[in-house]
Amino acid sequence: MSTQVIATTKNRARQLTEEEIAEIEHEKTLYPDNQAVGLEALKIVQKYQGWVSDESLMAIADYLDLSAADLEGVATFFNLVYRQPVGKNVILFCNSVSCWICRCDDIKDHISKKLDIDFGQTTEDNEFTFIPVPCLGDCDNAPVMMVGDDLHRNLTPEKVDEIITQYRNKSA
Amino acid sequence: MSRPPLEIAAYEANDGYQSVHKIAAGLSSNDVLETIKGSGLKGRGGAGFPTGLKWSFVPQGENSPQQKYLVVNADEMEPGTFKDRLLMEGDPHLLLEGMIIAAYTIGASKAYIFLRGEYTTSVRTLKNAIAEAYDKGYLGKNILNTGFDLDIILHTSAGRYICGEETALLNALEGKRANPRAKPPFPQVSGLWGKPTIVNNVETICNLPGILTYGIDWYKGLGQGADAGTKLFGVSGRVKNPGCWEMPLGVSIRELLEEKAGGMQDGLGLKAFLPGGGSTDFMLPEHLDIALDYDEIAKVGSRLATGTMIILDDQTCPVGMVGNLMKFFAHESCGFCTPCRDGLPWVDAIFREFEEGRGSEKDLQILREHVDYMGPGRTFCALAPGATAPLGSGLKYFEDDFKAHIKQKRCPYKH
Amino acid sequence: MAKIVIDGKEYEVDPNNNLLQECLSQGLDLPYFCWHPCMGSVGACRQCAVKQYRDENDETGTIVMACMTPATDGAIISIEDEQAHDMRERVIESLMISHPHDCPVCEEGGECHLQDMTLMSGHNYRRYDKKKVTHRNQYLGPFINHEMNRCITCYRCVRYYDDYAGGTDLSAQASHHHTYFGRHEEGVLESEFSGNLVEVCPTGVFTDKLFSDHYTRKWDLQAAPSVCVGCSVGCNTTPGERYGTLRRIVNRYNSEVNGYFLCDRGRFGWDHVNSEERINSPVAVSNGEFSDLNDEGVQQLLADLKSGDAIAIGSPRASNESNYALRCLVGVENFYAGVSDREHEVNKLMLQLHRDSAFNIPSVRDIANADAVLIVGEDVTNTAPRIALALRQSIRNKASELAAENNIPGWQDAAVRELAQHNRSPLFILSNAATRLDDVAVETTTGSYSDQARIAYAVANAIAGQSNDEFGLSESQQSLVEDISQALKSAKRPLLVTGSSNGEGELIKAAANVARALKSDTPTDLCLIVPEVNTLGLEMLTHTENKLGVALSKCTAGEVKKLVVLENDLYRRAATADVDAALAKVENVIVLDQMPTATTAKANHVLPVTAFSEHEATYVNYEGRAQLSFQVHRTQTGAMPAWRWLSDGKDDVNAIINRCAEEASDFDHLDDLVPHLSQFAAGLKIPRQSHRYSGRTAMIANLDVHEPKQPIDDESVMSFSMEGMPSMKDASILGTTWAPSWNSNQSISKFQEEVNGELKQGHTGTLLIIKNSNDGSFFAPALSDAGSAEQLTLSWAFQIFGSDELSARSTAIQARMTDAYVGLSPADAERLGIKQGQPVSIDGAATAIACVREQVAAGNCIVYCGEQLNPNDFGSAVAIAKSDSSAGERGITGLIVSDLLEESY
Ligand SMILES: Cc1cc2nc3c(=O)[nH]c(=O)nc-3n(C[C@H](O)[C@H](O)[C@H](O)COP(=O)(O)O)c2cc1C
Ligand code: SF4
Ligand code: FES
Repeated sequence: MSTQVIATTKNRARQLTEEEIAEIEHEKTLYPDNQAVGLEALKIVQKYQGWVSDESLMAIADYLDLSAADLEGVATFFNLVYRQPVGKNVILFCNSVSCWICRCDDIKDHISKKLDIDFGQTTEDNEFTFIPVPCLGDCDNAPVMMVGDDLHRNLTPEKVDEIITQYRNKSA
Repeated sequence: MSRPPLEIAAYEANDGYQSVHKIAAGLSSNDVLETIKGSGLKGRGGAGFPTGLKWSFVPQGENSPQQKYLVVNADEMEPGTFKDRLLMEGDPHLLLEGMIIAAYTIGASKAYIFLRGEYTTSVRTLKNAIAEAYDKGYLGKNILNTGFDLDIILHTSAGRYICGEETALLNALEGKRANPRAKPPFPQVSGLWGKPTIVNNVETICNLPGILTYGIDWYKGLGQGADAGTKLFGVSGRVKNPGCWEMPLGVSIRELLEEKAGGMQDGLGLKAFLPGGGSTDFMLPEHLDIALDYDEIAKVGSRLATGTMIILDDQTCPVGMVGNLMKFFAHESCGFCTPCRDGLPWVDAIFREFEEGRGSEKDLQILREHVDYMGPGRTFCALAPGATAPLGSGLKYFEDDFKAHIKQKRCPYKH
Repeated sequence: MAKIVIDGKEYEVDPNNNLLQECLSQGLDLPYFCWHPCMGSVGACRQCAVKQYRDENDETGTIVMACMTPATDGAIISIEDEQAHDMRERVIESLMISHPHDCPVCEEGGECHLQDMTLMSGHNYRRYDKKKVTHRNQYLGPFINHEMNRCITCYRCVRYYDDYAGGTDLSAQASHHHTYFGRHEEGVLESEFSGNLVEVCPTGVFTDKLFSDHYTRKWDLQAAPSVCVGCSVGCNTTPGERYGTLRRIVNRYNSEVNGYFLCDRGRFGWDHVNSEERINSPVAVSNGEFSDLNDEGVQQLLADLKSGDAIAIGSPRASNESNYALRCLVGVENFYAGVSDREHEVNKLMLQLHRDSAFNIPSVRDIANADAVLIVGEDVTNTAPRIALALRQSIRNKASELAAENNIPGWQDAAVRELAQHNRSPLFILSNAATRLDDVAVETTTGSYSDQARIAYAVANAIAGQSNDEFGLSESQQSLVEDISQALKSAKRPLLVTGSSNGEGELIKAAANVARALKSDTPTDLCLIVPEVNTLGLEMLTHTENKLGVALSKCTAGEVKKLVVLENDLYRRAATADVDAALAKVENVIVLDQMPTATTAKANHVLPVTAFSEHEATYVNYEGRAQLSFQVHRTQTGAMPAWRWLSDGKDDVNAIINRCAEEASDFDHLDDLVPHLSQFAAGLKIPRQSHRYSGRTAMIANLDVHEPKQPIDDESVMSFSMEGMPSMKDASILGTTWAPSWNSNQSISKFQEEVNGELKQGHTGTLLIIKNSNDGSFFAPALSDAGSAEQLTLSWAFQIFGSDELSARSTAIQARMTDAYVGLSPADAERLGIKQGQPVSIDGAATAIACVREQVAAGNCIVYCGEQLNPNDFGSAVAIAKSDSSAGERGITGLIVSDLLEESY
């Protein structure tokens, strides 16, 4: 007879690293409730791992004694928690109204063609992931985008080429 | 333009933290509350609610909950809005000083800055400033021997426009899905972790030090019209000199657009503009002489809201612009209530059809119906009603453009 | 009371409610989705839009959500207003833009709240012609199907599953119009109350897997009001049958007992009724040869029994009628308890407490209203599951209090939760091991019975202001005692919960002492849980001295020629050796049962009896509440109710009920339960089939083209037909509730006095036990410890899926069952060299699987017997050792205990 395994998180969770644990422990001092720490922990893990895998998510749930289902609900709600692997550099491309008026669509097409990826995709060499982002709050310098932590303003096709080369060189 | 100081010493040298010294010298929280009420300061987060009045709803006294919270709304994700970023990157101590005032007034010993995650420069400046303020004793235990404690915690958001809605923001801070909460109860009574909480916008908070340091009269005198004080006004779109300026409330739109922003770029005409971010109703060139103050703009059916204008030129498709906003709102809907969650994607899908030249009269009618359907009171929070502002006014003002799309079976602005 | 105006008409309403609830209570039709009477309002779906006016002069009004607006005095609203109507129509239209419109193949079709609301809202033409959003579905275990494409995102599922039932493995995921409700990954839904999702979901996202497996439309089911026989709570159910097989069970509302919800044992543990294993016809066994017993043979057998020298053993899982008929047949002095001697003794003790006016035996509703609870030694989730769900609500009374203090209406669900945070009404648990309520308990303390009883006795003393020196409590125990007594003393509605599952009178006495110590002007709530559906009824019919052990000894001594065993497997009630010895000595063992058991295997004659859905019967629940369960369908076997066999086929059920009411003490009001045709207009019967029941004339045309005559039911107010009372209003006698426009279970509000209140003409059952006027006194502790260095003190574990004999023979339940196990503390496991999941022997013989748990106190072992072990074979302490023989095949993967995740062992 086959048995029904009640899915548990523990057997699939990975071990959190020491750095991750140290940072999570620090967050615990800032919030009175573990649930709040859960969201912070997702960000911490993403900082180190690049994204939040199922194994990471379960590890956090176990470590903080949170429901994995709830944590998944939170992780999938927010734009900046990646539940899929991303490339080395995430391009957050603003396509909101002011950038749109300033013809960001042309820049978007340029990037897509140059990197051969559309929104939501990662380049084959795993260098770039291309994601649209709501208004980056830099509308007087439209069009704008972020690569990693850095903001790039007043984009033109030439400027975009330069930026991409710059990041490629960095990792080369 | 001379840059405001980033370092605490320079900030102090420019009257910085004077208000905290006033508090140390015996200014009571009640005095502060009365001053802020008297100043006529209205919230700069969009709704324009009087700040002092909001604070006065926080239960005080022996029987009120001991723990209260101050939360600064630094989520700034409204399309076309770029003012809080400038304050945090340019004058972080102004924000911290304001927070100390606000926290002191409502009796909060803990304050969170809910900062948009993408604002990496603000993270750096604020972290730095907070460390400096702790060093100087403006934060922490027993601030300047007042017996008042305050910890400020910088929280970076994981990103969703709805987090800017103050109750959704509280859920996000608690690590929950950022669906908004029902009001009442208002956060002032039951907010963060069920405790009395004040949520204020960055710019609102940055108004506080000036009011306390220089007084009500000074502050009121800054405004040119009915409203007190100055405001950050921004202009984006295809103008000559897009940017953000602090100006008195009550200056004319024309002054902002033509003198500060330098007017339209060469070869372009002004078709229309959103006066205060993506959730406001379109205004037309005929409205240029209206004063930038809360009531005057309301009179022509729009809102001052964030005060950051988005300019639509005459060679950019208005249908496309509204469509861009609808895509944004549809994607950023939290998914809690039906009209917003399922109404906006329908609206968005119709705009995609228009873009492709497949728009129809029937679709146009459905768009019109959605303006009412997603309007104020119909949805759980103000996100969807915000979306209906450009949608409704767009349908009204640009009817010809919509019709042209239907007739020509393509976007007439595309060449 | 407040007065409000709805569409020009004035109504008296309760201002503490919201407008939606009040509109429904007034019998008005107003569509809604996210609101639920037990879960309050969150305002998500926006379906309940109405127009509200400031005053008489306000002509424009504003659209508000009725569920989010208090029914304040003077409120003026309109449901019919065109704008409000339009809003509701738009809401339906838009929340259906991605709905698959797969009604013909949807299990919910015909009883779908979404279908009803769609019509009610006036949306009837689909304008959306863009792309739909689609989802992937998940495997959710043996009970529930998942079809996310039908979702209308009302959030009811997670609000029920997580917030109400305390589940942790279902959540809302993603956002905007991609919002998804599911587990973090595929797998069995862990909550033992998952089945209610089927009824809570207003459309067909969560449906009953058993029902889908042999699906039929709701209106094609033959149905009748029934009572769950899974445990002693006696939840009210509606089983449905077609073509002779039972198809499903759904909840039947009873304000005092189960309200809107059942547990998964009750909802999914019924298909033993359809089992191939059912005994089909009377058989005689001689020398191992089976032969059919014809009518004559049966008559002879009965005549023989009447001759006087027979003794009988009753059954806690059989009806009052069958037990009583058996008692009549052999005489009260020859009628023995069909439970173990230990249990019998404890049951008698509990009956005594039932009569004591110091105590009130609380209904499930009362339990949910308690504001401080102490559980003494009962694993409620596994022995009386529906009560565990009620206890989970009791801890929220603190939140309601806080909300009231802060002027937040109780129905503002999210706001009340946010305000309360982790503030809960206190729940303390004394237990053998971890329980499923530990997550909401202030503290769960585990230990042997005597440890638990000691603490409870000490609590009673502390409340009564007496010293506890005699108990030699540790400091931490002493402070626990302080905490518990403080919490109970300062509560307005304190509650003690205990039960007989441990077979330990001291636990019950200790709990009773606490309750007695708490008693002031009003009696204290004392919940006494018994194991089976009619344990209490059987005890009330059985003489104190007539223990099973006495009967067996008489048999063994050769004093008994004929023994009648009623619906009972004696190998679950007494030591294997004792039963073997007794049965071997009796000339004629006659067993009446539904399915073969170890006992029928030893019988000389076996008579097949009907299952719960095949007869009309009464049962007495844990409170002493007698409830009537109607026959749903005729059996496909040669079975009859036991009382009919025993009365020679002559009696009718009403006659037995009347006789029992007249003759058996305590049963005086049993006959109040039975409705009479004279109550109804024109003496019309109540149909078991709906007015849309299809194909009756042709149902068996493949076998016989002649339409069979509809069977006549002479004994009941119900008929096996579609004809009858045209507009019945009494939901306690209806097959299924239905009201114009309301085809789903939500129609129940049309039958209630007010939403979530009593049924209009409804009978919640009859409380049988009469209180004594003179109060009893405190019990003196008599505690001893059984364990020693070699032996571990033994106590019992139970499983919601497995511990009940009949539901354990249902396929879906079997998929969730575990093998027999022995719970050990880590210290003892280590000392004995035993690891998690290894086979172990008990007293050198029986095998079970080791289950190492932090929450087992050292020196103790917790034994779950499953189907493999007979609990009566063990003493109060046992030797546990590693074993080589293999245990079962299931292992312990499906354990329902809260420390489920302790897998590191
Ligand atoms: C969808 C939505 C998004 C919002 N986003 C922001 C925001 O990014 N920043 C902000 O300060 N207020 C935002 N608000 C307004 C806040 O809810 C709230 O009114 C404001 O923070 C109050 O601050 P104030 O009184 O200082 O203006 C938003 C409101 C809505 C409905
Ligand atoms: S209007 Fe409704 S769905 Fe939209 S963001 Fe607000 S609560 Fe969420
Ligand atoms: S029932 Fe009122 S909003 Fe859902």
